[in-house]
Parts: sequence; structure tokens; C-alpha cells
Amino acid sequence: MAEKMATREAYGRALAELGETYDFVVLDADLAAATKTELFRKKFPDRFFDCGIAEGNMMGVAAGLAAAGQIPFASSFAMFAAGRAFEQVRNSIGYPHLNVKIGATHAGITVGEDGASHQCNEDIALMRVIPGMTVICPADAAETRAAVEAALKYEGPVYMRFGRYAVPTVTDYTGRPFEIGKASCLRAGNDVTIAATGFMVHLALEAADQLAVEGISAEVINVPTIKPLDRETLTASARKTGAVVTAEEHSVIGGLGSAVAECLTETCPVPVLKVGVQDVFGTSGSVPALLEAYGLTSDEICRHAKEAIAARRA
Amino acid sequence: MLDTQKKQALAETARQIRIGIIEGVYHAGCGHPGGSLSIADIMVYLYFEEMRIRPDQPHWKDRDRFVLSKGHTAPALYATLAQRGFFPKEDLVTLRKFGSYLQGHPDMKKVPGVDMSTGSLGQGISAACGMALAAKHTGQDYRVYTMVGDGESEEGEVWEAAMFAAHYKLDNLCLILDLNGLQIDGPITEVMNPTPHDEKFRAFGWHVITIDAHDFDAIAAAFAEARTISGQPTAIIAKSIKGKGVSYMENQCAWHGQAPKEDLYRVALADLGA
Repeated sequence: MAEKMATREAYGRALAELGETYDFVVLDADLAAATKTELFRKKFPDRFFDCGIAEGNMMGVAAGLAAAGQIPFASSFAMFAAGRAFEQVRNSIGYPHLNVKIGATHAGITVGEDGASHQCNEDIALMRVIPGMTVICPADAAETRAAVEAALKYEGPVYMRFGRYAVPTVTDYTGRPFEIGKASCLRAGNDVTIAATGFMVHLALEAADQLAVEGISAEVINVPTIKPLDRETLTASARKTGAVVTAEEHSVIGGLGSAVAECLTETCPVPVLKVGVQDVFGTSGSVPALLEAYGLTSDEICRHAKEAIAARRA
Repeated sequence: MLDTQKKQALAETARQIRIGIIEGVYHAGCGHPGGSLSIADIMVYLYFEEMRIRPDQPHWKDRDRFVLSKGHTAPALYATLAQRGFFPKEDLVTLRKFGSYLQGHPDMKKVPGVDMSTGSLGQGISAACGMALAAKHTGQDYRVYTMVGDGESEEGEVWEAAMFAAHYKLDNLCLILDLNGLQIDGPITEVMNPTPHDEKFRAFGWHVITIDAHDFDAIAAAFAEARTISGQPTAIIAKSIKGKGVSYMENQCAWHGQAPKEDLYRVALADLGA
């Protein structure tokens, strides 16, 4: 595995790199150093606009820029981009389907020490319920780079979710673009499907290794686009294995697990067990301690996989 | 000063627009006549004198933009756009009806001439800032106008945007604050006093002009002055009469958001000389 990198870092690097080729502007709300949009700001100061600590206005400004033909990337922490500014995103960006890209960093509990007020485990749920909104949660740095470029080329609002925690690279986009709405099978298997998003993808792969030792063949599906969901890939895998586990750094309510369950109840009803943050707020702590405490581990994925297999109809 | 003939023409157009507002709201059976009637004169001046627009090319890239931040007064915007030729006046009676493009609040994807979808208060002004910033960024010379309600100014986002516009020196942005003094629950000074608007905008770094919203000379002078201001946005605080032109609606809170029944509809049309 390549060096570890936080997807927020990859986001900032992608903006700085793609700024050479593409004409777009970047907005931030006094968090450029943390969201890593500062990498773009340093290179293209004339195309960067700090909006100060006023996320609602930032989303409205982004809408106005897009209405006037610009492609704005609006960045803040997930808590403020999806949470505080929800209604601006819904009414000023989503309803008129404007070409705004939202880069939300510090998603999930891996914000760590800042604690519950900043640990956003609800943003996927909030964003995917907005009609026409595309929701992307890349697994690693490589996928982030590819996803940012895909979002740039796509016409319409996109919410991208990034993390603060350094994660290993498990995807390979050498010579191929990120396709919005496509999930990919990272490992084929027959006994159980593990559908994961974000950094949980690498834990899903580790879980598949652990399960293999016990003679269980797990199929690992990386789902970087949560909306629109790749129903075909997920349905085909569920048909093959008959048991599904989802894994995400997000509430088990409304996120990837819910999206997959919504799909499979229609196309291929099988047990869908969710690994994620339960219906609770986060807390301060180191990332390893938090992952253990909130059950975001390969062991938890394995346990759920066995339960899903046991629950499968004979 | 505008010449008498021009003033008469503007007043006549404003009368037509007020009739359009009443027709729309009456046929919809609901809507917001009070704050629509209060802005009618300024809407006429904007669309018939001030703004660089092409009704046959609503998406012309060099057009001046208008954002109705107080989106519930869509009847005034629609009546003005129709009068200016963006779409047929006969369509005004389809306001708020199922299947009509004339949505209860302005929809930029459905209505020719609507530059921004609005309705949720406080948000239009931010979008107007974005449009003005885009013009600065690309070197285009179009201007951006936004109409904000006095009650709307209780929204924090209005002041976030006010800070933003001054910070980025958006002198191509002109805000009109419709100071009619009333909101749904009562007089603005009793519900949640947002005054004094002039001192607040000045403190936020804006150039401020205070006018009578129904005096075309004052309106013309204010927009002319705004064009001369460099390095800061302009706020025109326009003291208006809610329900202006319809006798029983004037300065009556109850007509913020309800349509007249047939008898009062007839009175309104008579008041407007229709």
C-alpha cells in the first residue's frame, strides 16, 4: 500500500493541480488551512475567495457564481457545509440545480479530539435527500483526485465528503477516470458482500482477509458514489452472495447502509447489516480509540458478515 | 429630474403592474399582495429604465441581473416581467396554479427573466453577491440588483452577505431595502426591530441612500447615484407603503399574505382605475 494521506489533503492537492487546466474558483469559510484549499489559494490567489465564518452566505455566493457561469468549489467542514448551511444548499443550490461543488472535509468521527460538536455523522443523510444532488465519498487519495476531476466535468451540484484522518491508498485510477454513479468490485467473493465507502473501504479489505482465513469468501464493493447509487453492481453482488454488510463512517441512519437497504429491498431482498456509527453523538479522543469505541473496525465488519450469512435464507 | 411625460409613463406602467399583481393573487386565491404593491414603482423603474436587459434573450450573458430576495413578492416580479415582454401577460392569472410555470416563489429554471430562484428569506442577497463577484472576476460590466424586505433583514444571512459585499468592494451591486414597516406578525419594530437600516448598512461599509419608494424622481436619482459609487456596494433604503395603491390594503398587516375575495377584488381594481 502506498503512503497514507487524508482525503482532505488529496482534495487540496487536486484543486491546486486541476487549477492549471480547468477554469474554476474556490470558496472557503476561514478554514482554508484545515480544508487544504490553501494549496489552491497559494497558487491561484485571484481565484480564491474567503467568505469568513459565514457558511450560509458562502453557499449562496456559490449559487450566484454558478448562476453567472462560474464553477465554484465551496469548502468547509462537513458539519457546517451540510449541517449549518443545509437550507442554503437545498434552496439556493439544489432546487435550481446549480453547478456548485461542495468540498466538505472533517467528516465523521475521525475529526477526533474536537469531539461531538465537530464530528458530522449525518451529512450523507442530509445531502442525499436533496433531489438531484450527487454525493461522493472517496476511499483514499487516489480516488479523491479522480473524483474531484469528475465533479468538475459534471454539470450539476455535487457534495464531496473528505476526512481528516490519513488513510492508505486502495484504489487505482491510473489511466481511467472516476465514473460518477459507479461502484467497483475490489475483491470477488461468494459468501457475503461487504459494501463500503470512504476510509472504511480499506477496513473492508482487511476484513475480507480475516474472513478468508476462516474459509469465508467475501466480496468487497467500493461505493464512492452514494447518490446516484450503483444499483446494478450492488444487486448483482447481493444476488450472488445473498448476504450484505455495509460499512461507513457515518450514522447507520440515512447513510450508505440505508441507501443500500433501500435499493436491495426493491431489487433483491437479503439481510443487510450496517457497520457505522450507531444513533449516538461522538466524543473526544484519539482516532484509534474512537474507531474501536464506535465499532468502525475490521473485526466489527467480520462479526456482521457472519451474522449476515447466518441470517441468510437457506 | 425626470420629465413629466416620462414620469406619467412610469406611473401608468406601475398602475398596470399593480393591476397584474391583483389579478394574479386574486386568481391564485392566495399569495402576497402587500409587499408586492409596495415595490411596484421601483420594479417598474428597474425594468423599464435602469437595467440593461433583452426580454427576447433572458439568458443574455451581459444582462444586468435582478434577484428578488424577498421572493414571496413574486407577483410583482411576474407582473413586471410580463409587462416588459418576457412572457404573455395573460399568463399572470395562472399564478400558483398546478402546471403553471409561475410558481408561488420565483423559479429561475421555469420563468423567463427570473435570474435566481428565491423564496427562503435571506438567501437571495447572497446569490446576488455571487453574481456581482462573478462580474468582477471575469471583468464583465453588468450590474446586479437585489430587493430585500425589511422583515427579511432580521435574517442573519442578510448581514453575512452585507459584510461580504463590502469586503469584496462590490460596487456593481445595488440593494434596495423595501422599508414598508410591516411583517406577518405586525410592525417590524414590534416583532423584532431591525432598524435603523441606514446606520447598519453604513456601519457594514455600504454607501447608503434613503428615498421615498413611490417618488420616481427620487428613485431615478438614487440609481444614478449608485452608479457613481466606486469601491463599495450601495443600499437604497426605500420607505414604502405596504399595499400601495389599493385603499383597504395600505399599511394593513393583514394583506401581507392573503388574496381578496371577489367584492374586495372589485374594489382593488376600481382603486387602480382598471
